[in-house]
Amino acid sequence: MALLQISEPGMSPAPHEQRRAVGIDLGTTNSLVATVRSGMASVLPDALGRPLLPSIVRYLKDAGPEVGYSAQARQAEDPKNTIVSVKRFMGRGLKDVAHIENAPYDFVDAPGMVQIRTVCGVKSPVEVSAEILRVLRKRAEESLGGEIAGAVITVPAYFDDAQRQATKDAGRLAGLNVLRLLNEPTAAAIAYGLDNAAEGTYAVYDLGGGTFDLSILKLTRGVFEVVATSGDSMLGGDDFDQRVFCWIVEQAKLAPLSARDTRLLLVKAREAKEYLTFHGEARITARLSTSEFVDLVIDTETFCNITHTLVQKTLGPVRKALRDARLAVDDIKGVVMVGGATRMPQVQRAVGELFRRDPLNNLDPDKVVALGAAMQANVLAGNKPEGQDWLLLDVIPLSLGLETMGGLVEKIVPRNTTIPAAKAQEFTTFKDGQAGMSFHVVQGERELVADCRSLARFELKGIPPMAAGAARVRVTFQVDADGLLSVSAKEGTSGREASVTVKPSYGLGDADIERMLRDAFDHSRDDMHARALAEQRVEGERLLEATVSALEADASLLPAEERAAIDQAMARLQSLIGKTDHRAIKQAIEALNHATEAFAARRMDEGIRRALAGRRIGSL
Amino acid sequence: MSKTNAAAARALTSSSHFELFGLAPAFSLDRDSLERAYRDIQSRVHPDRFAASGDAERRASLQWTTRVNEAYRALRNPVQRAKHLLELHGVDVAFETNTQMPTDFLLQQLDLREELDRAKAKKDARLLDALRERLRADKESIEGKLEALIDRGHDYAGAVDEVRKLMFLEKVESEIDQAYE
Repeated sequence: MALLQISEPGMSPAPHEQRRAVGIDLGTTNSLVATVRSGMASVLPDALGRPLLPSIVRYLKDAGPEVGYSAQARQAEDPKNTIVSVKRFMGRGLKDVAHIENAPYDFVDAPGMVQIRTVCGVKSPVEVSAEILRVLRKRAEESLGGEIAGAVITVPAYFDDAQRQATKDAGRLAGLNVLRLLNEPTAAAIAYGLDNAAEGTYAVYDLGGGTFDLSILKLTRGVFEVVATSGDSMLGGDDFDQRVFCWIVEQAKLAPLSARDTRLLLVKAREAKEYLTFHGEARITARLSTSEFVDLVIDTETFCNITHTLVQKTLGPVRKALRDARLAVDDIKGVVMVGGATRMPQVQRAVGELFRRDPLNNLDPDKVVALGAAMQANVLAGNKPEGQDWLLLDVIPLSLGLETMGGLVEKIVPRNTTIPAAKAQEFTTFKDGQAGMSFHVVQGERELVADCRSLARFELKGIPPMAAGAARVRVTFQVDADGLLSVSAKEGTSGREASVTVKPSYGLGDADIERMLRDAFDHSRDDMHARALAEQRVEGERLLEATVSALEADASLLPAEERAAIDQAMARLQSLIGKTDHRAIKQAIEALNHATEAFAARRMDEGIRRALAGRRIGSL
Repeated sequence: MSKTNAAAARALTSSSHFELFGLAPAFSLDRDSLERAYRDIQSRVHPDRFAASGDAERRASLQWTTRVNEAYRALRNPVQRAKHLLELHGVDVAFETNTQMPTDFLLQQLDLREELDRAKAKKDARLLDALRERLRADKESIEGKLEALIDRGHDYAGAVDEVRKLMFLEKVESEIDQAYE
């Protein structure tokens, strides 16, 4: 591994090498990986030139899992071990998933998130998703010729905290450095906006395989500002298949089906749906395991009728987002269509009618999200694209709150708040001498806790004895740039403070992740060590490089003694990075981070000062 | 650690929301200047600028961006903006404790709420639209009064009642929004 070079103060270093960063669209039906090369974003195809990777994982008894087309080809044959549309189960319990009775899996209800029993053992949706991500990571590494510095993974804008956390965990499990979780419609807006130099207020209508999002964005001079987002994380193209499937069962008067026949007919239903996009009618034929023969013809009108309520269901969130943004239909300059399901003519028609204009279809609805994610990954990795610099301001989709007396929700952070965001609220004790308080963190818009999604529970103990109502417990919600929440509570009146921080983890704790990582590496210690060392080295080099450029930019903000401490911490990290003790490297990284804390704070201050100074001069 | 936190706390809490964006403290707001300052600052402190940096910078960036977002949100909201101004002048709005309101205003509120209930019962979106329109006009008139009281009259204590009225109207407005769903 090359040693990092540090230039003399005042001398400019060689231009940074481009860091390999990728954008990943982890879709319900298909997944893609894209990157930016010489300023152009493109999707990376597999060895056979296919850009899409079907999001299907088939577990085998004595071999590694099959992912993608090979798994897809065997799905009807081996439905119990072939997981399709796993995104629908991310961060979800058994009771949250629609049509679960039609899914041919052997479900295991685990706390927080449903799991699936396969020939290879019980698998969590996070592990299944990680298999898909791993294939995309390898594809990118082979195609780009080396390790990936970081990845942006997209999530539906309407994903709640549990679903986001699960996605990030999957990325980590797949060995990716997840730079950011990016909302899918926002990613699409980046790709569309930059491509078309768009300015004004746009809506992104994103109907994917399993999720629906509607985001409204204001595009002005390199700023993408999400003003409202809405949607339904349980509505997508799959539901249209489901309707056709039910129609087939009804028309052919079929008895309850085996898992294999269910999967077969779902595949046929999907094929018919896709065929109807370009044809007036579709023929559906299938030989079932009961030796029954299905032979039906479905026409466009029937298809529109049986799916009418689904299309209508997408329009509610559209109106809600417009209301939240305090905008009328006429304020919207264009509607960008994203997701394969928007190819259906009845969807195009309904959107066109509501917005009173033709939707924008000039980007491939399958690829636009991955392309936008790649552009954002490129920027986040520190590769400043020539002449292009943009700022992304996104929001949280669902309100965050706490349970109060009587099972009611006290909203702390309202939906559509720009992230990162923090909000604090004070609570007090209910009884004299109450020594503890328990908190229940929920997400959703409804007033009753029972109607919202439960994210986490935690307790604050050690409150000193006081009369009821005298304690002051300050609860702080912090939402980071990924839209992920952490909550802390602190008791202040007594001067003796107690605090606790929770990161909701939905049944997947750090220990679980570590176990899964170990499993993935066949319990091999050497592999684990090699991996940890590689990770720490990358992290260490990244930190050294970042510190060097921070010192170059703002050395004047540093008192001599602080500078000396930073130099010393850098030298120590530098000396350890070529050695093989990953724990020592980790400690040196922490020490350097610690040494630069005050400097980092001053740099932010200075940034604000410069922003305002620049503006005043500019406006004179 | 403690040194950093002290520095951070000072920068994060001492300046007023207006100062943060380089604006003169006033109820009447130059939205364009605010928006421009907000974007200029965000383009320098936002976590996207520090995704490849060390923990210290990432944490600092998260703190600053959070503060900037909070101030921006507060200034754009008339109730929060007025409340902040009053607090800067040592006047506590005390929303929770002192709820005495003029009788005619309370009667107006009762009337508004009755209409809202009617619209809800009938599930009539057009009635809701009309209500929202009426509320918008009421709010604008109060905002005009606040501008006169705060910016021209410097009568901060006198502005308290109007701020409370505005807050009442905001609550009704959010109830109207919820009624659509």
